[in-house]
Amino acid sequence: MTVTETPFETVEHGEAATPEFERANNKAEARRGFLIALPAFAYLTLFFAIPLLIVFAYSFATRNRFGEAVFSDVGFGAYEKLGEPLIRRVIFRSLWLATITTAFCLVIAYPFSYFLATRSPKVRNILLVFVMIPFWSNFLVRNFAWRVILGNDGVITRITEAVGLGQTEILFTQKAVVIGLVYGYLPFMILPLYAAIERIDLHLVEASRDLYASGWQTFRRVLLPLSMPGVIAGSILVFVPSLGAYVTPEILGGAKTTLLGSYIVSQFLTARNWPVGASLSFVLMAVMLSATIVYFRSGGRNL
Amino acid sequence: MSEVAKPRGAVRTVLTANAWLVYLFFYAPIILLVVFSFSADRNVGRWGGFTFDWYGEFWDNEGVKRAIWVSVRVALLSTIVSVVLGTLAALALERFTFRGKKVFDALLYLPIIIPDVTMAVMMLLFFSEFYDVVNGIFGTDLRKGFGSIAASHIAFNISYVSVVVRARLAGMDQRLEEAAMDLYANRWKAFRHVTFPQIAPGVAGGALLALTLSLDDVVITQFAAGPGATTLPVYVFGLIRKGVTPLINAVSVVMLAASILLVLMSLAVEHVRSDTPSAATDDPVDDDPHQDLRDGTIPRHI
Repeated sequence: MTVTETPFETVEHGEAATPEFERANNKAEARRGFLIALPAFAYLTLFFAIPLLIVFAYSFATRNRFGEAVFSDVGFGAYEKLGEPLIRRVIFRSLWLATITTAFCLVIAYPFSYFLATRSPKVRNILLVFVMIPFWSNFLVRNFAWRVILGNDGVITRITEAVGLGQTEILFTQKAVVIGLVYGYLPFMILPLYAAIERIDLHLVEASRDLYASGWQTFRRVLLPLSMPGVIAGSILVFVPSLGAYVTPEILGGAKTTLLGSYIVSQFLTARNWPVGASLSFVLMAVMLSATIVYFRSGGRNL
Repeated sequence: MSEVAKPRGAVRTVLTANAWLVYLFFYAPIILLVVFSFSADRNVGRWGGFTFDWYGEFWDNEGVKRAIWVSVRVALLSTIVSVVLGTLAALALERFTFRGKKVFDALLYLPIIIPDVTMAVMMLLFFSEFYDVVNGIFGTDLRKGFGSIAASHIAFNISYVSVVVRARLAGMDQRLEEAAMDLYANRWKAFRHVTFPQIAPGVAGGALLALTLSLDDVVITQFAAGPGATTLPVYVFGLIRKGVTPLINAVSVVMLAASILLVLMSLAVEHVRSDTPSAATDDPVDDDPHQDLRDGTIPRHI
């Protein structure tokens, strides 16, 4: 090919680009892209989008005399039921436990992340790896470990007995659930917080101290505002899965600590009230979707 | 790093103590679990002398062995399928524009965002009500149990794999492919010899993530499985609910060892990923220690 007359930019893949050729080429490219996407697209439509629509449909169904979900009387009945005292209690309890879990994670993770961010890069990477290892190891097993520790002959009870505090009864209470949730989700708080703090130019801290700000003032006026995106992102990443937690409350909680996840499951497996279970899981999904939007808006992805 | 910002005095002591306590909090339960799995006492959490008995019992337990076999097969099948489909999806989204791209993008993100319980419910209703319909339409003989578990794992793994591979593709210099094609490579050759070697660490990372997630999942599997086959986590979850026994300790330690092995492999791949010289060396994505966060590849936890 001669490069004499044609400007370089209009030459693509060794062929001169006339408008017609370009249009045809774009069309062929679009078709190719669609065909490459098609297997995953088709799979997710069949095994994800359709199941999602089925749940959506069931959330508007009603129960007949035999407890089966029927579509003869479609309406918002199942959603209205979510306001009933029993379900409301479960919802508030879940919101409360998720809030406490988030607060604990924040209080523990903030100083920890600051500690990490002020280490030398080499030490920092090693310390981060040791946060990642438990984070990625089997979730069920990590919850089970707390069952062993908090149990009747567990280590905690024997320590409190030894120092004369008597038996502790933490297992099967809300306390145990919160411990398990904090244990499970603490890294979700540490990682975005660390990423946010690590980005801050710590000369600002220095400047603030030079201008006679106290340590607390520096934290309150300089560090905290600058690390706010990390605080928001971490809080969402902890709050949202805590709200829908199922395994942790099932293993560490008791009958009095039914949370949303277990309640939804029970509607399908034991109570057989599919419409209520479906509507509740849809509400839960809506909460998560809006939280995700807030997360992206707050720049969580760019941390 | 400015030395001045390093905390001093009392603050420094508190921060250091907090850090040690966090690591104690992370590792003490895991270490205690491993220690007590060798304890001869029937009560979990009480030391009664060293023994391998529970591992022996674990080895003789047919239920556990069956569940392990199902777990391994599901993990391998779902990983292979989701790596292929997820990589294709990533290529389509990063390298092409086509109609319905936005919808596809959203559909691909949903399985990551959606609560596990909701996805579990979706699988239950789908497989209990419409499984026969699917088998009828496609003439397949998917049995509930292994088939439905694998199908649901593929559904969430495709999304995770595609996110990881997309991040890798985004960090890669597209001019390399263009250069290959200018040099008369066709699309397939350009992919085979230029694109794929570049994204291979991303694909490997995605595969390890898919394996981990598949071996970790409880809720979705429990609902997709029905009364047929179960995976190891679901089997163990059932055992825990019936009552805690030292056998569960031993099984847990084996599961823990497997998952930690996978983590270490992921970290090694990550290391390779950041070491591979890429054309886009000025791209911050390459030496980004928080790639996992940005990818959204935080593990799916119930």
